[in-house]
Amino acid sequence: MLVTSALITGLGLGSMYGLLALGFHVTYAVSATVNFAQGSSMMLGAVLTYTFAVRLGWPLPLAAALALALCALYGMIVEILAVRPFAKRGSNAWLMATVALGIVADNTVLFTFGKEPRGFQMPWATGSFEVAGITLSPLHVVIPVAGLLLAAALNIFSTRTRAGKAMLAVVQNPDAARLMGINVQATILGAYALSTVFAGAAGVLIAPLFNVNADMGTLFGLKAFAVAILGGISSAWGVMLAGILFGCIEALITALLGSTYTQILTFGLVIVALAAMPTGLFGRAAVKKV
Amino acid sequence: MNHWTRRTFIGAALAALLAPALPAFGADTIKIGLVTALSGQSARAGEALTRGLTIAIDELNAAGGVLGRKFELVTRDDEAVPAKGVIAARELVHKEKVAVLFGGLDTPVSIAIVPIMNEAKVPFMGPWAAGTPITKNGADPNYVFRVSAVDELVDRAILQYAQKTFGTKKPGLILVNNPWGQSNEEGLKAAMQAKGVVPAGIEKFEGNDVDVVPQLTRLKAGGADALFLVGNVGPSAQVVKSLDRMGWKVPIVSHWGPAGGRFTELAGPSAADVHFVQTYSFFGKQRPVGDKVLKALMAKYPDIKGAGDVTPAVGVANAYDAMQLVALAIKNAGSTDGPKIREGFYKIATYDGLIKTYSNPFGPGRHDAITESDYVWTQFIDNQILPVGMKK
Repeated sequence: MLVTSALITGLGLGSMYGLLALGFHVTYAVSATVNFAQGSSMMLGAVLTYTFAVRLGWPLPLAAALALALCALYGMIVEILAVRPFAKRGSNAWLMATVALGIVADNTVLFTFGKEPRGFQMPWATGSFEVAGITLSPLHVVIPVAGLLLAAALNIFSTRTRAGKAMLAVVQNPDAARLMGINVQATILGAYALSTVFAGAAGVLIAPLFNVNADMGTLFGLKAFAVAILGGISSAWGVMLAGILFGCIEALITALLGSTYTQILTFGLVIVALAAMPTGLFGRAAVKKV
Repeated sequence: MNHWTRRTFIGAALAALLAPALPAFGADTIKIGLVTALSGQSARAGEALTRGLTIAIDELNAAGGVLGRKFELVTRDDEAVPAKGVIAARELVHKEKVAVLFGGLDTPVSIAIVPIMNEAKVPFMGPWAAGTPITKNGADPNYVFRVSAVDELVDRAILQYAQKTFGTKKPGLILVNNPWGQSNEEGLKAAMQAKGVVPAGIEKFEGNDVDVVPQLTRLKAGGADALFLVGNVGPSAQVVKSLDRMGWKVPIVSHWGPAGGRFTELAGPSAADVHFVQTYSFFGKQRPVGDKVLKALMAKYPDIKGAGDVTPAVGVANAYDAMQLVALAIKNAGSTDGPKIREGFYKIATYDGLIKTYSNPFGPGRHDAITESDYVWTQFIDNQILPVGMKK
C-alpha cells in the first residue's frame, strides 16, 4: 500500500523531472549546449500562468498558452544572449552565462511577483477518488499523462514534420544540414524555445501540487540535470525514462526511510549508476569516424 | 592673539553654547533594532512585527519618548536564514549601536543570534520565535527575553486541547525537520510522558518536501486519532494537501506555524480543519488597550479596515507589548547601557498591556512574560484567523 502510493507519486514527480530533462536533451542534441538554469524556466511558466489566471482573471487555457508563448520567447533570449556569443567562439562560458541569466530571472520575479509563495488552486485538482483500493488525487493522473503526451508530441514532431526532421538533420550533421539549405542557427533557436516551453509546462503542472514562488525551480532544475545525464543526454526516451525512474526511487526511499535521507541516497545512486555506465543508462557513446 | 584666532575662539564658544538648543534628531534617538523574516513564506508575520513595533514606538514618541529621547526603529531582513540573521544582528549591534535588538521569527535564526547578544551584553527581545532554548540558553547573565509563546508550554497546551476537544488518545506527531521541530519534539514527548500518553508515531519531514503522504500513511497505520503538527506555513500547507490526497479526515492540532502567512491560499479549503495556538486575537470584546491599538492600526495602515485584517494578530500584539516593556526597562535603567537595561527588566512591577496585565513579568530565571493561561485557540476561516467556534 505504501509502496503503491509511493510509486504513483514517483510517477508524477518523475515525469516532471523527465520533461525538464527533455529540455536539456533537445538543446544538447542540436547544439551541444544547454540552458543550465532550466529550473528558472520552469518557475517562469508557473509564475506567468499564475499572473494571467489569478491576478488578471483570464481563463486558464488562455493564461497557460500565453505563459508558454512567453517562455518560448525567454528561451530564445537565453540562446541569443547567453549561449550564442560563447558557443560561436568555441568557449564553454555559456554554462556560467545561462546560470547568471537564470539568477537574473529569479530575482526579477522576486521583485515583481512578490516575496511570498502563493497558492495556485485549480478546482479540478482538489479532492480524491478510489481506484482498485488506492486513493488517488486527480493530479496523480493528470501530471504523468500530460508529461508523457508532451514527450510523445516531441517524438511525432521530430519524425513526422519538416521542421522536426530539419532538427534531426542538424543533430546528426550540422555541416551537411547547412549544405542542404537548413538554417542551423534558426534550428538551434527553435530548440531553445522548445526546451523552455517544456520546462514551463512542467512548472504549470507542478504548481497546484506545491506553490508558486520565485525560487521554486532551483532544486527541480538540479535534479533534472542529474536525470538528463543519468538517462544519456542524447536520447529523448532515455531521459524521460530516467526521470520516471529517478522519481520513483526518490518516492520509495521517502516512503521506506523518511525524507531526511532522500537527497543523500538518490544522488548517491546517480553517482553509482554513472560510475557503472558513464554514458548514462540509455545513451550511447558517440562514434567519431576519422 | 591675532584677529583670526580670537574670532575663531569666540565663534567656537558660541557654537558650543548654542548646540544643545538645536534639534539634533539623528544623534539623540534611542535606536531599536529588528531582525526578522521580511520576505519568504513568513513575510506577513515579519510585517506584523514591524507594525506592532511601529505603533508602540509612535505612541511612546508622542508621549515624549523615554529619558528625554525618542525611539527610532531600524529593521533588517534575515530571509529566514540563520547566517543572514547573524550578520544583520552584528551590524545592528556594533555599527548602528541599538540599545535593544528585537528579533527572531524563525527559531533557527534566533538560536544563532543568541550567543552574539549575550557576548555583546545587549538585550535581545523575542516577539515571535517560540523555541524553548532561546530563553533557556544556559547563559549567565542571560540577555535574552521573550514576549511570546514558549514551545514547552505550547506543547503541554497542544496535548491538553486535543484531549479536551477531540478526546485524543493516540496522537501522531508530524514535525518539520529543523531546530524548531526538534524543540517541540522534546516538549511534546515530555508532555505526553507526564500524562501517560503513548503516541501512534513521531514522523519528520523536510521543509521543502512536496509530498508528505508516506509519513502520514505510517501515522495512519499506527492508529493515530489526531495529528500534532509543527511546521511553518509552507510545510504545514503541504501536510494539509497531502491529507487531502490521501482522503484522510483527522483532527489537526498545530503550533502556530500556519499563522505566519497565507495558509488558506496555500493549503486549500481544508486549512480550516487545523486548530492552532495564538497569544492574542483582536476579535471579541477588547480591553481598552486593544481598542486603542486597533484604532491606531486602522489609522496608519489603509489595508487594515477591521480586526480580521490584522493577520497574524500575535505578531502585532507580542511586538507591541514587548516594546512597551522594553521602554519600561530602559526607564528603570536610567540609561541605554545593556547590563542596566537587563536589570531594568527585572524591576518592572506592573504594565497594563494588550495581551494581559503583566505583574512582575521578568525575574532571574524567568525570561518569558507570556504563560500557558494566556493562549487562545484559533483557526483560519477564509483568510482570517478567528478564535475556534467563532463564525464570521
